[in-house]
Amino acid sequence: MRITQGTFSYLPDLTDEEIAAQISYALGRGWPCSVEFTDDPHPRNSYWEMWGLPMFDLKDPAGVLYEINECRKAYPNHYIRLNAYDAGYGRQTTALSFIVQRPPSEPGFRIDRQETSDRRVRVSLHAYATDRPEGDRYGS
Amino acid sequence: MSGNGSTGGRWSAGVIPYAEMGYWRPDYQPKDSDILAAFRITPQPGVPPEEAGAAVAGESSTATWTVVWTDRLTSYENYQGKCYRVEPVPGKEGEFIAYIAYDLDLFEEGSIANLTSSIIGNVFGFKALRALRLEDMRIPPHYVKTFQGPAHGIVMEREYLGKYGRPLLGATVKPKLGLSARNYGRVVYEALRGGLDFTKDDENINSQPFMRWRDRFLYCMEGVNKAQAATGEVKGHYLNVTAGTMEDMYERAEFAKELGSVIVMIDLTIGYTAIQSMAKWARANGVILHLHRAGHSTYTRQKTHGVSFRVIAKWMRLAGVDHIHAGTVVGKLEGDPNSVAGFYDTLRQDKIAADPVKGLYFDQEWASLPGVMPVASGGIHAGQMHQLLHHLGEDVILQFGGGTIGHPMGIAAGATANRVALEAMIKARNEGRDFLAEGPDILRAAARHSRELDVALSTWGDITFTYESTDTPDVAPTPVSV
Repeated sequence: MRITQGTFSYLPDLTDEEIAAQISYALGRGWPCSVEFTDDPHPRNSYWEMWGLPMFDLKDPAGVLYEINECRKAYPNHYIRLNAYDAGYGRQTTALSFIVQRPPSEPGFRIDRQETSDRRVRVSLHAYATDRPEGDRYGS
Repeated sequence: MSGNGSTGGRWSAGVIPYAEMGYWRPDYQPKDSDILAAFRITPQPGVPPEEAGAAVAGESSTATWTVVWTDRLTSYENYQGKCYRVEPVPGKEGEFIAYIAYDLDLFEEGSIANLTSSIIGNVFGFKALRALRLEDMRIPPHYVKTFQGPAHGIVMEREYLGKYGRPLLGATVKPKLGLSARNYGRVVYEALRGGLDFTKDDENINSQPFMRWRDRFLYCMEGVNKAQAATGEVKGHYLNVTAGTMEDMYERAEFAKELGSVIVMIDLTIGYTAIQSMAKWARANGVILHLHRAGHSTYTRQKTHGVSFRVIAKWMRLAGVDHIHAGTVVGKLEGDPNSVAGFYDTLRQDKIAADPVKGLYFDQEWASLPGVMPVASGGIHAGQMHQLLHHLGEDVILQFGGGTIGHPMGIAAGATANRVALEAMIKARNEGRDFLAEGPDILRAAARHSRELDVALSTWGDITFTYESTDTPDVAPTPVSV
């Protein structure tokens, strides 16, 4: 399966050139970028690991792309996403977020159903990858 | 002789013109804390516009048809609505815009019912007017702050769903009547796994003999959960909890929450107080609240009589819904582009400047009340994605019912076509392309790697609904030569 979180998951994976164009768009609007990675793709996993702090003062798309590639080198089999943040008054939240690297294979999720009374079923979503310890989930 | 002890003039017994009773005050400077209203008035022949404006001010505040001495027991000037300006409508003989100021003391804190009972209570049946329309209101921060406002708002909704940088996508399950609960849930599953963020009950899906609410909720949530597993995304189905009583609605909403639904839905027909109650429930229970504006066109559409939708939008932001249907511009339902832009601004922004081109009569300040996510629904399809993004922007839910479920390759394929079209358009916009002009090219290029989109474009590519709108602003933008 292909996890479709993020703004561009239904398009072919973006090339570095296409990623740089999105970074330029974000920086042009005054949105600092940040890079995050994880090997726990559960949709309720809000806090992916931060690859350093948000790059508040970085104005050059090439610099952001450099950090993406450094993160890719360190975590070649993790999910990596690029976020752009809008600190504008009344907004103060993520403005754009898309995946820039995926593990070579995405086994996806299992549904665990617990039948309860009155036909109700309690459901939890279980990522197959998280059966293994953190850091050892998609091959090293 | 004066039976009420008066010496004549303003306090003489009998009937005297409203304008002479203090309801026409051309010298009045509205206070920052006043609630302001702009009414379109069409007086009966022979009724001067100032008198008609004063009559509206009077009938929507303290006045009755005749002089009453008991007014003199009050500081009546404080409680009188004051018509402070009347302007003819350009090009519309017999129509005028009357501006009326109401003191804050006239209204109960945090009650749309009370606000509307005053402002649109009796006055719309008034014989001296042929027609009356409430065009706009300025709600001052003093009054705004007495309302809860949207249960979550746009920012919290996006963080809750983990979806940023693009409009959200939805679809209403069709056919809207007759599907069994199990078949209905199939549509939910297919549409969500194909790429939509939300599916939706229609306004008249409540609890009928062919499908009772509890069965629907169970099957829909099975579909939602399976789609979440298939995509790794948060998904939702607007479970419509509209019912005959508050007790029934609370019961249904509680059940939706127990099943893990991120969102429930209500219809405008349940009434303002019920909407406020559900907004309170939605905030307390962490469930997003979707509002379907069922019935609104009975009073919003005609230009000379009723209540403009921009006013309904303001009331609903105060009342506390998170989503509201607000027009598509390009779809099958009424919606002039400039008027719709005014509705969207009203719902999403914090400070909105008066703009006659968009039909906005007043500056409006929301004092950090969260924004409401507008929903565009009705006769739209993937081939219009560039126009939708251009007219409606990013904080919007685009709902393709027929445009998803009617796809020749199936429902999931229809959903995928919409999602591919949307992401391709956002990517192109961010790359700085003139996406409105190049829209069809962008879509065709995206269709080269998506058979679903390719088929959608050849099925619906040329469908448009070009009828003239009835509800348009009086002021047209000056054409700019190019």
